[in-house]
Amino acid sequence: MDKAVQAAGAHASDVNYLNHETGLWSWLSTKDHKRIGIMYAISLALVFLIAGILALLVRAELIGPGQTIMDAQTYNEAFTMHGILMVFLFLVPSIPAILGNFVLPIQLGAKDVAFPKLNLASWYVYMVGAVFTMLALVYGGVDTGWTFYTPYSASTGGGVLWMTAAIFVTGFASIFTGINFIVTIHKMRAPGMTWNRLPLFVWGMYATSIVQVLATPVIGITMILLILERTLGIGIFDPALGGDPVLFQHFFWFYSHPAVYIMILPAFGILSELIATFSRQRIFGYRAIALSSVAIAMLGFLVWGHHMFVSGQSAVAAIVFSLITYLIGIPSGIKVFNWVGTMYKGSIWLQTPMLYALSFLFLFTIGGFTGIMVGVLAVDVHLHDTYYVVGHFHYVMMGGSVIALLGGMHYWWPKITGRMYNETLAKIAAVLIFVGFNVTFFTQLVMGAQGMPRRYYDYVDKFTQLHQISTVGSWILAAGLFLVLGYGIWSLFNGEKAPANPWGAATLEWTNVSSPPDPHNFKRTPLVTRGPYDFHLADEVFGGDGSAGDGSGDVRMPEPAPAAPEPADGDK
Amino acid sequence: MATETAPATTSAGDVHAHQHPPHLEHHFVSSEQQFDSAKLGMWIFLATEILLFSGMFVAYAVFRQWHPDAFLAASNALNWVMGGTNTVVLLTSSLTVALSIHFAQKEEQRKMVWSLLATLVLAGVFLVIKYFEYTAKFEHGVYPGSFFDPHGAHYAYLADIPFAAQFFSIYFVMTGIHGVHVLIGMALIGWIAWRANRGDFSSEWYTPVELTGLYWHLVDIIWIFLFPLLYLI
Repeated sequence: MDKAVQAAGAHASDVNYLNHETGLWSWLSTKDHKRIGIMYAISLALVFLIAGILALLVRAELIGPGQTIMDAQTYNEAFTMHGILMVFLFLVPSIPAILGNFVLPIQLGAKDVAFPKLNLASWYVYMVGAVFTMLALVYGGVDTGWTFYTPYSASTGGGVLWMTAAIFVTGFASIFTGINFIVTIHKMRAPGMTWNRLPLFVWGMYATSIVQVLATPVIGITMILLILERTLGIGIFDPALGGDPVLFQHFFWFYSHPAVYIMILPAFGILSELIATFSRQRIFGYRAIALSSVAIAMLGFLVWGHHMFVSGQSAVAAIVFSLITYLIGIPSGIKVFNWVGTMYKGSIWLQTPMLYALSFLFLFTIGGFTGIMVGVLAVDVHLHDTYYVVGHFHYVMMGGSVIALLGGMHYWWPKITGRMYNETLAKIAAVLIFVGFNVTFFTQLVMGAQGMPRRYYDYVDKFTQLHQISTVGSWILAAGLFLVLGYGIWSLFNGEKAPANPWGAATLEWTNVSSPPDPHNFKRTPLVTRGPYDFHLADEVFGGDGSAGDGSGDVRMPEPAPAAPEPADGDK
Repeated sequence: MATETAPATTSAGDVHAHQHPPHLEHHFVSSEQQFDSAKLGMWIFLATEILLFSGMFVAYAVFRQWHPDAFLAASNALNWVMGGTNTVVLLTSSLTVALSIHFAQKEEQRKMVWSLLATLVLAGVFLVIKYFEYTAKFEHGVYPGSFFDPHGAHYAYLADIPFAAQFFSIYFVMTGIHGVHVLIGMALIGWIAWRANRGDFSSEWYTPVELTGLYWHLVDIIWIFLFPLLYLI
């Protein structure tokens, strides 16, 4: 453990949320937001593992032209399953359900989310969705791609019904989380926690929740209509019955484009926490970062048509969608510049979470720029449905969302588990993931620009070399991720006990709560008197010398918020 | 935004009158905070319901725009008397559910239970009328989508109209999903009536009654849009 981390403060008391009740049933019936976060973490880790292995198999198949390890039908089902699991069952719930559940109420100074039972219901509903996904495999698999485009999805393989039902059901889990967070943020803030003192992670989750609540019902009705199309032939999407397959695309992307922001806005929230804490600097442009999240959430509803540039929608629609798509670059750019501005003249402390934050900046910027290129109408006609698009969305979704989740998991790991992880191994893993990721997906950008179509089982010889590089990259990436899994599990049992605030962060979950937290979070409700990133004040109190950047100086500890006056005796 | 205040702490009344009211959950500071949270949560949920129906309204708008004549002709096959009666029934049920909230506030226990039961009965009447409408169509082969095969005196002419099937697809999907919402509402109201009869609610705490009422009003409002779109225009 770093000396700085070691010096950082007292250890937790013996009773915490992990051990105050024991037994499987105490977990399955818990209404504690922290435990629900952990249940989600375990379920999502499993989904990520399965979907990741599918990705490795798909890449292995593509290491040479022709059949390598599976036939074409299996290949179609494998990449479809990879996409569905990753998008609907992993990326959409990931950060809100794990870190949002765990951290958000504590950051607000609340004892729990507003509706704890609804929160638990969300996990159960999610698990039902996961079971339905498995049933889809049993009933013949799905080979439509994760977009379920009609009319193919209305007639192919038996698993589609179960899979669409799964997506309908997991949508409820997402809506429950969104409602819970919006109400919690509006109504459950500790005294003194004004909107201008909300940690930026909370702002990110707030914007996300708005999208979850407003977009998810639309995929719900789309899935119902698709189910009815298959069972009753209602003729809304099927052209043979007078329906319109482009209408399906409109419905589908009206959800699925905003869903991209369900995946990336929480990542922005995490980034702001990481950059501020590990630069030991008051965040630059707090309000701009906060409001740009809301702006992205709003604009995100107006751009779905850029997925349909070649679908036959009207030219006017395409031009308008293209223009609005560019606009999203503005708030995204504001964020990136503000993060860089925060780091400027900060004393940067290169712990693992900060490594992830930096790789996020690099990868997300590539993801953003390639997004602008596919947003250009004429260019998109060339790039549409090529590996360029695959590369682009992996840069945004994996290089953005997953990297931020990894950074956030490392950052909050001591708080969640009460244990430190092995810093050296963690840094090696972070570098492996960064390198492996770029080798895998930058190659795909090149391939796509050269004309390699996405989803294809076979390809012409000139792409062989690039496919091989990409496949080798996927192995490096996998090595890094398995390393994370390995030292994570090791740390659970053998990691050093974590202090309450190993990073010297200034938000409530670090300053006022032990690691791991008490069952009801706070011993006394905090009275918030300053903003979430006031390292400056801490400097005055603790006489920080600015030398923490090399890890040898002291970590400047922001002081805890004072306790709010007790409202009533019986209200424990 | 900068002057936004923190949640209200427990009012003096709460502290002195009830040290720990039984309905107050541990993670809330005051009954007021708990009630406001529940109500905000319900309103957000109702917004998701509207968005759920919006997909079908869009489908209706698109196909009506493309096939106005077919939609006009097919719409004439619907029984507007039954639909109109149902509109009156639902509007009345909105009144009775609102009365139940009023009686909850007045602590008039019996009247609250009776108005909830009246709502339940009216919802049942709605579904019974709907049942007769549906069976009248099914008897003559007026099914949604690919099962569409109209015959019999009043419906045979539909067979010659292209895209009439789509009108009935949309009709059955929209009213069907609305009907499911009515069923869910009946279950909720029945449960609330049972709890009201047990004496769970008082003028201090009647949140579930009010939230169920809000839900029921939404079911009513959606029907008020469905009725003219499908039966009248």
